This record gives sequence, structure tokens and C-alpha cells, in this order.
Amino acid sequence: MGVNKPIKVLWDIPREERFAPGHSMCQGCGAAITMRHLAKIMDKNTIIAMGTGCVEVTTTLFPRTSWRNPWIHLAFENTAAVASGVEAALKALSRKKIIDDSRRIKVVAIAGDGGTFDIGLQSLSGMLERRHNVMYVVYDNEAYMNTGIQRSSATPYGAWTTTTPIGTKLRGKPQPKKDIITIALAHGIPYIATANIAYPVDMVEKFRKAYEVDGPSLVHVYSPCTPGWRIRNEHTIEVARLAVQTGVWVQLEIIEGEPRVTIKVPRRKHVRHYLRIQGRFRHLTDSDIETIQKMVDEYVEKINKWVGEEAIGPVVE
Amino acid sequence: MEKTYKRDFSTWREVPIGGIIPWPGTTAEVETHAWRAYRPVINQDKCIRCRLCWVYCPDAAILEVDEEYTTPSGRKYNISYRVDLAHCKGCGICAYECPVKAIEMIPEER
Ligand SMILES: Cc1ncc(C[n+]2csc(CCOP(=O)(O)OP(=O)(O)O)c2C)c(N)n1
Ligand code: SF4
Ligand code: SF4
Ligand code: SF4
Ligand SMILES: [Mg+2]
Repeated sequence: MGVNKPIKVLWDIPREERFAPGHSMCQGCGAAITMRHLAKIMDKNTIIAMGTGCVEVTTTLFPRTSWRNPWIHLAFENTAAVASGVEAALKALSRKKIIDDSRRIKVVAIAGDGGTFDIGLQSLSGMLERRHNVMYVVYDNEAYMNTGIQRSSATPYGAWTTTTPIGTKLRGKPQPKKDIITIALAHGIPYIATANIAYPVDMVEKFRKAYEVDGPSLVHVYSPCTPGWRIRNEHTIEVARLAVQTGVWVQLEIIEGEPRVTIKVPRRKHVRHYLRIQGRFRHLTDSDIETIQKMVDEYVEKINKWVGEEAIGPVVE
Repeated sequence: MEKTYKRDFSTWREVPIGGIIPWPGTTAEVETHAWRAYRPVINQDKCIRCRLCWVYCPDAAILEVDEEYTTPSGRKYNISYRVDLAHCKGCGICAYECPVKAIEMIPEER
């Protein structure tokens, strides 16, 4: 086991780096922070199935790799399908005593929001429904970044992308973000969580729990993208933190269907603090921002009702 | 370890079957310092060893080392933080997040 005790404080995060530097992810890439910490909780023999996208192309430029685990390159749509197949093969090999059946080899699937919310949704659903013992991690940078910032169903309302440009008719993406958590929940899987790089202790502990679960688990990680969101390189963590402080992003953990907010926000910030530091929202007018604030308020109300307490408080600044 | 870039891949025969990469963690050989316009400099006397710069670096370029350090005011620490200047891309997250502003980004001169 990579980490065999709960991560409660920053000092519990292992020092050892299992994800090598020298990759070609952009300066300040949020997904790079996600991968660094995800790799820390894995065993040496963990098998990684990785859907194509930014992380895949920037960490495995032949003849080198940033990974220190068995790692499989995949197409865009089949991350969960391949992870399912690997897990089933491991089971068969163990049943036939070809591999020692006391050896526990975990399979971890990793894909972007495009590869998960859009084209990979069908294979993800199949994997969750068949109850494969796979930990699935979606790093969400809210667009197809690798191919040049095209919108995905994870792109939020009003955001600029190259396929939701700003003109007289279109003012960024007209639709809201898809709710992948509720989709996962509908499959009745044992562990679902949302995580955020600005809260590393919470994130790594969720990785650890999702990894430990026997059965399918899903961790949805908020991972800012500096060029795609038009943010300053040093603002990656600031933006991630503001997402939580404004209620745009809620830190959830759903164990056997029971939801809980792991990072409570008693006093919420107005969403403009979050929007105004990102170039992808630069075109928004004050009234657009109020529309988004109303959407956030509704979301927060829904979450509070669901978890049965005021986990996210009112807007105070 | 033999550096992968020194390998001969001039024909397909030298490429491993299936295009697999049997050299784990080898991007570490790639130096990404040329991406940098600013370089982080840690003030060891100001640093309170909180670990935040280490945890937030996207390039694992803040190294946590078991090196004792005593500040001029007499505070003793068992660890220190150093910048891996071969891999730091100069994003500035460490300096921005440091709670005591112990990291300064200075222009890189080449
Ligand atoms: C079937 C198919 N269509 C298109 C592509 C090209 N393609 C590769 S990665 C990618 C976008 C990936 O987006 P996402 O999953 O969000 O990852 P990100 O690049 O944002 O990290 C696309 C469109 C492909 N590889 N396969
Ligand atoms: S485009 Fe965005 S997600 Fe992709 S490597 Fe750069 S910062 Fe990371
Ligand atoms: S500037 Fe960026 S890459 Fe360099 S050490 Fe700081 S956080 Fe890491
Ligand atoms: S963030 Fe600042 S105080 Fe904390 S360890 Fe890094 S340099 Fe030291
Ligand atoms: Mg994406």
C-alpha cells in the first residue's frame, strides 16, 4: 500500500515523488499538481489506464515517461473500458493461479473532463455498473485543453472557449456544467468524491480512500488550466481556492450514497471574486455575473438540503 | 542510468515492441529551466518550514531535504526547502502561496 494511514495534516503526505518532473505541462498547470499527489498514494504495482488529453501527451513523450507504474496509453473514449478489462484480466490470472492471488493489484483510471463527461461517459457507466474494482480519477480543467481549448460538457456557463467565442450572438458557453457526481451516484457505487488542489490534505485523503475501496470509486478533481482559463501562472491555487470559497465548487464525499461536505464554508464570497481573476470570464457584464451568482445560490441550496445542514453559508463579501 | 536520449532510435528495430517505454520516471532527465523568466529564491531565515510551497509545486521543483538550519535569531529547523533549478518552470505559485513571503521571484538572467 502506498499510504497506509489516514492523511490528516500536510505532514502525512509522503515526501517521495512517484511522478517525475521534466514533463511538458504548462507553467502553473493544476493537473500536474493533481497527478503528483495522486501518484503518491499508489503502490508500485498499481496499473494506470490513461485516456488521452493534456496529461497523457505531456508525460509520455517517447522515449521517456514521468510515470513509475505500469501505464497504458488509451484512446479518448475508452479509459474505463480498458481499466475494466485490465481488472477482469487480473482477476482471471489470479483465479488460475498465474499470479499470486494474495497480491492485490489496484487499477487506476485517469482521464480529463472531455474524456469522462463527454466521449468516455458510456464506458464509464459500464465500468461503474459492472462494479469493477477500479479507482477512476477525472481531472477537470473544464474544456478540451490538449486540442486547443474547445468547450466540453464540463465547461461552466458563460466561459469563453475557442468553440464558444465572444461575439454579438454568443457570449461564452450558453449551457451550465454537467453534474457528473449525480450521474455517478445513480450507479450506486461505494465511493464518490470531489477534490480540489487548493485543499491538498482533503484531496490526498480522498485519493487514499477511493484507492482503498473494494469496488468502483470516482474522484472528480478541480484542476485549473493557466492558458485555457486565461489566468496568471501563479494564480492556479488562488483560483482553485476561490472556487470553494464562493461555492462554485463544493468539496463532497459520498460514501455508500451518504453525502457529506468535507470543507465547510460558513461565510461565502461573491462569485465575482472568482470570475474577475479569469480571462475566460472577462466579457461578463455585471448582470451576467448576477445570473451566475443566482446559479451558484441554487446549487448551494441544493447541496445544503442534500447533506441536511448549512454546510455552505450565505454570501458575505 | 544510461540516459534515454543517448539511445539510438534511428530505425524501427531499436524501438521497443509496442512502443512501450521501459524506462520509468525518465522525464526527470529533461531540464525545463529554459521555460523560466523568473527564478524563486527562498530566504532560509524567513521560511517557517510550513511545507506549502512543496505541496503546491506542479513540477516537484521544491525539494524537501533533511538539512538542519539555525536562523540568526536562534530558531532551529531539521528540514530545509531548496529549489530544483533544473526543473523549476518559474510559475511563481510557491512565492504567491508562501504565507510569510519568504520566496522572491527574481528575473532570470542568461
Ligand atoms: C475519438 C477521438 N476524437 C478526438 C480526439 C482528439 N483529442 C485528443 S485529446 C482531446 C481532448 C481532451 O480533452 P480532456 O479529456 O478534457 O483532456 P484535457 O486535454 O483537457 O486534459 C481530443 C479532442 C481523439 N484522440 N479521439
Ligand atoms: S493546457 Fe492546461 S491542462 Fe493542459 S498542460 Fe497546460 S495548463 Fe495543464
Ligand atoms: S516557481 Fe513554480 S515550478 Fe518553480 S519552484 Fe515555484 S512552484 Fe515550482
Ligand atoms: S511556503 Fe514559505 S514558509 Fe512555507 S516552506 Fe515554503 S518558503 Fe518556507
Ligand atoms: Mg479537459
